[in-house]
Amino acid sequence: MTEMTTRAWLLSDAPQTRRQARLGALYQGWLTFRANRLAMVGLAILVLLVLVAAFAPWIAPQNPFAQDLAQRLQPPSASHWLGTDALGRDILSRLIHGSRVTLFIVGTVALIAPVIGLFVGTVAGFAGGWVDQVLMRITDIFLAFPKLILALAFVAALGPGIGNAVLALAVTSWPPYARLARAETLTIRRADYIAAARLQGAGPLRLLIGHVWPLCVSSLIVRAALDMAGIILSAAGLGFLGLGAQPPMPEWGAMISDGRSYILDFWWVAAMPGLAIFVVSLAFNLLGDGLRDVLDPKEGPR
Amino acid sequence: MAQPDILGQPGQGGPVPAGHRPGAGGARLRRRLRSLGGILLSLALTLLGLLLVTFVIGRIMPIDPVLKVVGERATQAQYDAAYQVMGLDKPIWQQFLRYMAEVLRGDFGRSISTGHAVAQDLLRVFPATLELAMLGTLIGVCVGVPLGVIAAARRGGWLDQIARVVALVGYSMPIFWLGLMGLLLFYGILGWVGGPGRQGIIHDGMVPTVTGLILVDSLMAGDWAAFRDAFSHIVLPASLLGYFSLAYISRMTRSFMLEQLSAEYVVTARVKGLSERRVIWTHAFRNILVPLITVIALSFGSLLEGSVLTEIVFSWPGIGQYITKALLAGDMNAVLGGTVVIGTCFVALNLLSDILYRLLDPRAR
Amino acid sequence: MQNRFPLRALFLASAIGVAAPLSMSAAWAETPAGTLVIAHQIDDIISLDPGQSFEFSGQDVVRNLYDRLVDFDPLDLKAGIKPSLAQGWEVSEDGKTITLTMRDGVTFHSGNPVRAEDAAWSLQRAVKLNKSPAFILNQFGFTAENVDERVSFDGNRVILQLDQPYAQSFVLNCLASEVGSVIDKETVLGHAEGEDFGNAWLSTNDAGSGPFTLAAWRPNEAVQLAAYADYWQGAPAMARVIVRHVQESSAQRLLLEQGDIDVARNLTPTDVEGITGNEAVKVTDELRGRILYMGLSQKDPLLSQPAMIEAMKYLIDYKGMEASFLKGQWKVHQNFLPEGYLGGSDENPWTYDIEKARQILGDAGITSGTVTTVVRDIREYLDVAQTLQAAMAQVGLTLEIQQMTGAQVLDAYRARQVPVFIGEWGPDYADPHTNASTFAHNPNNADDAGLSQLAWRNSWAVPEEMNQAVEAATLEGDTDKRVQMYLDIQKDYREIAPIIPMFQKIEQAAMQQNVQNWTSGGSVSSVMYRQVTKE
Repeated sequence: MTEMTTRAWLLSDAPQTRRQARLGALYQGWLTFRANRLAMVGLAILVLLVLVAAFAPWIAPQNPFAQDLAQRLQPPSASHWLGTDALGRDILSRLIHGSRVTLFIVGTVALIAPVIGLFVGTVAGFAGGWVDQVLMRITDIFLAFPKLILALAFVAALGPGIGNAVLALAVTSWPPYARLARAETLTIRRADYIAAARLQGAGPLRLLIGHVWPLCVSSLIVRAALDMAGIILSAAGLGFLGLGAQPPMPEWGAMISDGRSYILDFWWVAAMPGLAIFVVSLAFNLLGDGLRDVLDPKEGPR
Repeated sequence: MAQPDILGQPGQGGPVPAGHRPGAGGARLRRRLRSLGGILLSLALTLLGLLLVTFVIGRIMPIDPVLKVVGERATQAQYDAAYQVMGLDKPIWQQFLRYMAEVLRGDFGRSISTGHAVAQDLLRVFPATLELAMLGTLIGVCVGVPLGVIAAARRGGWLDQIARVVALVGYSMPIFWLGLMGLLLFYGILGWVGGPGRQGIIHDGMVPTVTGLILVDSLMAGDWAAFRDAFSHIVLPASLLGYFSLAYISRMTRSFMLEQLSAEYVVTARVKGLSERRVIWTHAFRNILVPLITVIALSFGSLLEGSVLTEIVFSWPGIGQYITKALLAGDMNAVLGGTVVIGTCFVALNLLSDILYRLLDPRAR
Repeated sequence: MQNRFPLRALFLASAIGVAAPLSMSAAWAETPAGTLVIAHQIDDIISLDPGQSFEFSGQDVVRNLYDRLVDFDPLDLKAGIKPSLAQGWEVSEDGKTITLTMRDGVTFHSGNPVRAEDAAWSLQRAVKLNKSPAFILNQFGFTAENVDERVSFDGNRVILQLDQPYAQSFVLNCLASEVGSVIDKETVLGHAEGEDFGNAWLSTNDAGSGPFTLAAWRPNEAVQLAAYADYWQGAPAMARVIVRHVQESSAQRLLLEQGDIDVARNLTPTDVEGITGNEAVKVTDELRGRILYMGLSQKDPLLSQPAMIEAMKYLIDYKGMEASFLKGQWKVHQNFLPEGYLGGSDENPWTYDIEKARQILGDAGITSGTVTTVVRDIREYLDVAQTLQAAMAQVGLTLEIQQMTGAQVLDAYRARQVPVFIGEWGPDYADPHTNASTFAHNPNNADDAGLSQLAWRNSWAVPEEMNQAVEAATLEGDTDKRVQMYLDIQKDYREIAPIIPMFQKIEQAAMQQNVQNWTSGGSVSSVMYRQVTKE
């Protein structure tokens, strides 16, 4: 098929197969998304981030752990593009290697939290009755809980470290997903096609997995994309309090935390990782915002 | 429900706070909450659960509160004595019951990290955070709502784009970095605002404490100098929090407004020839008031929760710092007390938005 | 400054009506003349009871609220112990009884006279209360049971009966520590709850006779002191002293440069460097007693090898760290007694020498290995740990760093579970025994001994001769001989000990030019305000 015919096939008003319809809808979404210039910028930045992370050892000009106390706190120059930190390490190389950590944090939390939320929320909404009551009461408790206390307590209990910090973030960020998933489920539950599927003899589990989950996913994805920036910043905050990544891991938040004691005279030590966090957070936000326009039915097509 | 992010960066909500989406859940919720007894029961249950979880966390956490009390040089005998005095030798459920009984009598116990009664501490630190959060939310609302409405009305226009960028940049900044930079610029270089802390030294402790909100107290005392001083200290951290709050509020407002503007009655109103301004402000805006109030309440709640990092940067003696410090010292009385206060606020804010919902929403009336 | 523009812009934007009548209050050029304003990290204070307080900042406050029987002169710390509430003392023939004569006409803040009875009761109280600092007094054989007989008064004399003929300097140095503060018995007993000797009340109030009274203490926020007009050595020049908790060094520096505070006590080396060009402020360097050291647990099969202990001493980049991130605030010091202490040694034989370390390890057949260090989340410690990590990597050793909160590190350390410890030790009182007894004394190396000495925490079975030498040094009446004994102990210690002192603290207090006579207490004491003036 040529370019034009593929496009025509995708945009067909009368799709022949379910696959064609689904791909067509996706393509429509992509077209809407592509029209959003800011969202495209976000996507481009994130693609770049993934590439940098993948090829970090080849891109980084220097060893991110190599110390040189004589060369500490050097301003940006030809030999150190972004300057050096308090132990004389090359900031650019640390940033490049740190992109892996950032991706790890974001990826893991984005996998865990929405999944827990999806599970709890849909089960509560679908089962109703006392199951709903109990699950929602638990969700409420976690929501009313000062998030910081919960995350700190988890990290304190499990021991500091990047893995545990990620776990703590995931555990504290699932309740909103659960509320969202439950609300979606409640509207879907009464839909005709669910009733139809039920009449065909589908069990509750199959209904849940086969029919409810797929419909909840899109709003959860939007929500997750918008949460990513918050997660990066929270991880940085945990690093700031000394409970995140352990030295010498070049985690961006920990790097800001390191640099904050030099902020008045050697601004680049904190500013460079701050800028990196800012750019990536912004990219996630732009992407999420664009996705919302595409996927969120309420805002509709332009 | 919007997610109040940990560390006080207000999180971003989904399109509509799920708990308040009109529909089956809302209706049942309303029915359930109709009776006062139900309301109180729900509140008590949540708080009880909250306390229980906190208590358990406190006990499984490998931070030893006894050490904080007896210090680094203590002998084993001193350690054991303190261990018993603190009741840690009893089974955990007994400890919990004992604690609950004391809380019901209004006694939150004594903090081991400050040496003061927890209630006394909370009366001091909570108003500090409250004052900051209120002003922050005020700024967030006053700027965020108009911004959101205008962005929705001129969808896709340059104002919408600017609003979007302003909001997204607000979401993406590490707050402590921005705070330090702000302090450096506005205090250190320009000298336009007061420095870290709630008050300048001259006024420290000079205004009688009534509400604990220094702005209010100084007004009540008629001390204008103290008021100006307190204001100059709060304006920067509050603006910072206000920025994050406005980022959230403006996005939500825009989202709500878009929904209304595409509704039929708006189309009808336009057809009837009403001015665009009237359509937007009188019709559409009135209809988003209810979910908006929920959003504002949640944003306020997340600021209350203690913007720990802001508090650290600005040496602001608020509840976020208080709880964090207590937690890291294993000072569970203080953590529990703080959790109760914040948890109660959250539950109360939820309740309040529920009630407002019932009062204001035409469909619910 | 009267620049209203940015605020107005902000207000227009946010449409807050109340804003209109306001103008910004700009920073004051300076603090009020009779007030001393200090920015300091004071979030460690948990009690102001002299019988309980054992934190750095708490002792800073206690020292100024109370007087002791004997004390240091803030303007001449080197002179050592001087009379204070006791105007003189006598030691009996056998060296086991010390009689102190009280000064007349001194009153507490309450107006009550300071009597021998108060002094004796204060010491008895500290022993019976049995909080952290009680051990300082218990070293002389006092226990809760016998202290009423051993510490007594007769007229205007306080009589101490010791179980051994301890060196007079040892006893007096301990009495000069905060736990020796003289408390107003009548006032405190009026606030006693049950058997607490007034501890709950005294934790947040003062009942002393010192140069300052406690005006307010808001935890994690501020301590305010007010001058005591009837102070027996004359009312202090500063009518008010305000200590404000400011966590961040950069914030302290901004406050100082804006003239909102007089003294900033927690500036990082970088910030100190940053203000050196500023004519309005000055920095005083004061050698403190704290030692930054590295403890190698002798439970660890690798760290317990003598070659390993020896090699580690050469893997520390002393000069490199001293010249970079520790600059100006820590000086190389490889002995457990701080400089400024009786018997303090300034011999620093070790240098950073990778080749030598490699050779020592190679001779012992060690070419690889992994050890863990648990470090408190304090910038300097982490930087030291990372520097060490990089050096160890060069000889094939891996150092895994775990950072934790203070409470957690202490917990693990006390349980003898920290392989490599990097942290500080601060002397408890002004006598060399305070450090000798912890670095070089461990009478029982069993796990269940429940001791708190650093040697015990690092599972180091101190050789019996060294234990005995440390004990003997407390009984030596001749000060010169006593000094020599400590020098000898430190010499032996340097040869074998797995607890390696690295640096000694220098406190850099940055202050306005007009602040005079500031002292942080040197290596032997805490901060004192009564002699401070502003010109």
